[in-house]
Amino acid sequence: MIPLSWYMVLSMIVFSIGVFGFLSRKNIIIIFMSIELMLNAVNINLISLSHYLQDLRGQILAFFVIAVAAAEAAIGLAIIIALFRNKATAHVDEIHEMKG
Amino acid sequence: MKIYLLIPFLPLAAFAINILFGRNLIRNKAHWISCSAIIGSLIASVITASDVIGGKVINEDLYTWIVAGKFSVSVGFLIDQLTAVMLIVVTGVGSLIFIYSVGYMHGDKGYYRFFAYLSLFVFFMLMLVMSNNFVQLYLGWEGVGLCSYFLIGFWYEKKAAADAGKKAFIVNRFGDFGFALGVFMIFLTFGSLHYAPVFSGVGNFVGHTVNILGYEVDLITVIALLLFCGAVGKSAQIPLHVWLPDAMEGPTPVSALIHAATMVTAGVFMVARCNAIFNLSEVAMNVVAVVGAVTSLFAATIAVAQNDIKRIIAYSTLSHLGMMFAANGVGAYAAGVFHLYTHAFFKALLFLAAGSVIHAVHHNDVQRMGGLKKYMPLTYITMLLAALSAGGVPGFAGFFSKDEIIWSAFASHSDVGKFVWVLLTCVAFFTPFYSFRMIYLTFHGKFRGTHHEEHHLHESPPVMTIPLMILAAGAVAVGWVGIPKVLGGGAHFAEFLKPVVGHPEFHGTHAQEFGVMGLSTTIAISGIVIAAIFYLIKTGIPVRLAKNFSFIYRLLFNKYYVDELYHHTVVRPSIWVAQRFIDAFTDAKIIEGIVNGVPKTIGRFAGVLRKVQTGLAQHYAIIMAAGVFIMIVLILW
Repeated sequence: MIPLSWYMVLSMIVFSIGVFGFLSRKNIIIIFMSIELMLNAVNINLISLSHYLQDLRGQILAFFVIAVAAAEAAIGLAIIIALFRNKATAHVDEIHEMKG
Repeated sequence: MKIYLLIPFLPLAAFAINILFGRNLIRNKAHWISCSAIIGSLIASVITASDVIGGKVINEDLYTWIVAGKFSVSVGFLIDQLTAVMLIVVTGVGSLIFIYSVGYMHGDKGYYRFFAYLSLFVFFMLMLVMSNNFVQLYLGWEGVGLCSYFLIGFWYEKKAAADAGKKAFIVNRFGDFGFALGVFMIFLTFGSLHYAPVFSGVGNFVGHTVNILGYEVDLITVIALLLFCGAVGKSAQIPLHVWLPDAMEGPTPVSALIHAATMVTAGVFMVARCNAIFNLSEVAMNVVAVVGAVTSLFAATIAVAQNDIKRIIAYSTLSHLGMMFAANGVGAYAAGVFHLYTHAFFKALLFLAAGSVIHAVHHNDVQRMGGLKKYMPLTYITMLLAALSAGGVPGFAGFFSKDEIIWSAFASHSDVGKFVWVLLTCVAFFTPFYSFRMIYLTFHGKFRGTHHEEHHLHESPPVMTIPLMILAAGAVAVGWVGIPKVLGGGAHFAEFLKPVVGHPEFHGTHAQEFGVMGLSTTIAISGIVIAAIFYLIKTGIPVRLAKNFSFIYRLLFNKYYVDELYHHTVVRPSIWVAQRFIDAFTDAKIIEGIVNGVPKTIGRFAGVLRKVQTGLAQHYAIIMAAGVFIMIVLILW
């Protein structure tokens, strides 16, 4: 029986990798993948706690997260494609139209 | 139903309709609304005036207008004998001028605007004469000034017209400032601005003084002089007379209605209305008399050397207004108002006839007219009658009123009265002289314009000549209500006004009265004869006189250089201050400093702050992550 804390540590590691990737990588696709990592770290967290607490609501919530992540991926990829068509780049440092 | 309310509010309704719907809907039918409104107002005036003749004086407050502490003003109407005369003048002469304007303004692109402003003017003028308190008087006073500005600058594309409008407005500011101060003084002294308590209570303040800049001055004199200051501006007396001749840039019906018959006489009306105040201050009365008489002679001499037909009549108006003030100043208010009344008819007629001439020749220069008699007989005859009336030829309206004034001045037996009498007797020569100079130059002799102009000479349409003929009948006959007793008349006019303005105590024998009358009549007729010699028979004389006395001629031709004097003493320094101080310092430094400085400071601050907004999504994400981290730390601490 794997203790809960391992799952929590795994979730934390995956989430941290996601945050680090989001903040440090410059390719917009990688950034996008980092977001997915963060979302899935949350899922691990939810499911492990659900199992630990013997409460199905956590797993239901995980399904919602997966659904939202799917929708977000669809929209996000669409945005990325539109952006790429306009800017011909996937490098976030070159996208600074909102600079004040 | 208060029928007198129709008198001012019909023209106001006409103004509202014309200004709202004139541009797109009514257009060249604007006169139907304005003319029917003023004719309705004339009918109501006649009904009201006949009530007054029957002895029914109206004085009532309709509703409370302004209340502030002890200060309370209502919209109220006082219709007594003096107001009745003014009502008949304003609506009667006004109606004819409105009808005349239909022809004169035909085809003008501002047609509806013209009638709208004219109606608004009549409304304010009627409010002025019908008010029963000083605030409503002031409302009318400023309102007519505003309409005068609108109408002088009616052809605002023309710079001269726009400038003349501004000049009239600004010069009137000087007078109206004094007038407003006078009204304030009245409120401070009497605690009320209604005529009744002021005029009945003024006797209690005889001998009271007020401290102005360390000098103790008689209170009533100060009030009277301040009020007179307003009259000087509005009625264009020396030294604020300069705006009236320039006001001739406006359309001729405007000159006739506003700058001859009604608005400019508001000052005379106001002094007569406030006779209770003026009577108690000998100084103020003398000032009124002297200013009036001096203006009268001053303007009459200028009129002799002018060549613009409308300016000649404008100076004539100044001269006649001066006479009215002179009459008021010697206490003969009835004579002043009588002259106001006859003057309205013959002067409006002179202007309208001049307008008819201008309509035919398309310029104002009498030197390029001449011989128009055979082209425009109706205009000629009516203008001749007006000139005879203005010149004071016995039997005509102007004679009776002018004679009344001159006799009053003589019979007042004061030094000022004698001074006024001497000046006005001189004026009695100049008035017919310049009037007939104008008539002879315009209508007699040979036409001096171009052939092209001669080809287009024509009599004006009936819509213009019929008002001329009606006014001509007025210019001849309206004086007959005031034939003096010595000529077998009843002096009904003075009797009629007696309840309002009283009757001065004059002592003079019939022989003296005949003597004064005979003298002024002889002088008047000699004026006509000399004008005939100068401008009909020996036309070389005026040219030689102008050459030999070129100094005097140039002085008169340039109107005693008063405009130039004001230009150098008032206008130029004002502009200098405006440019050097207001524009360069107040405007550029203070106002622009604030206006530009505030956004500049904010901009500089923002310039620092905006650096935060890099536009890079990851920077925002780091800040967000840091924020979340800090919050977590704070919560877990």
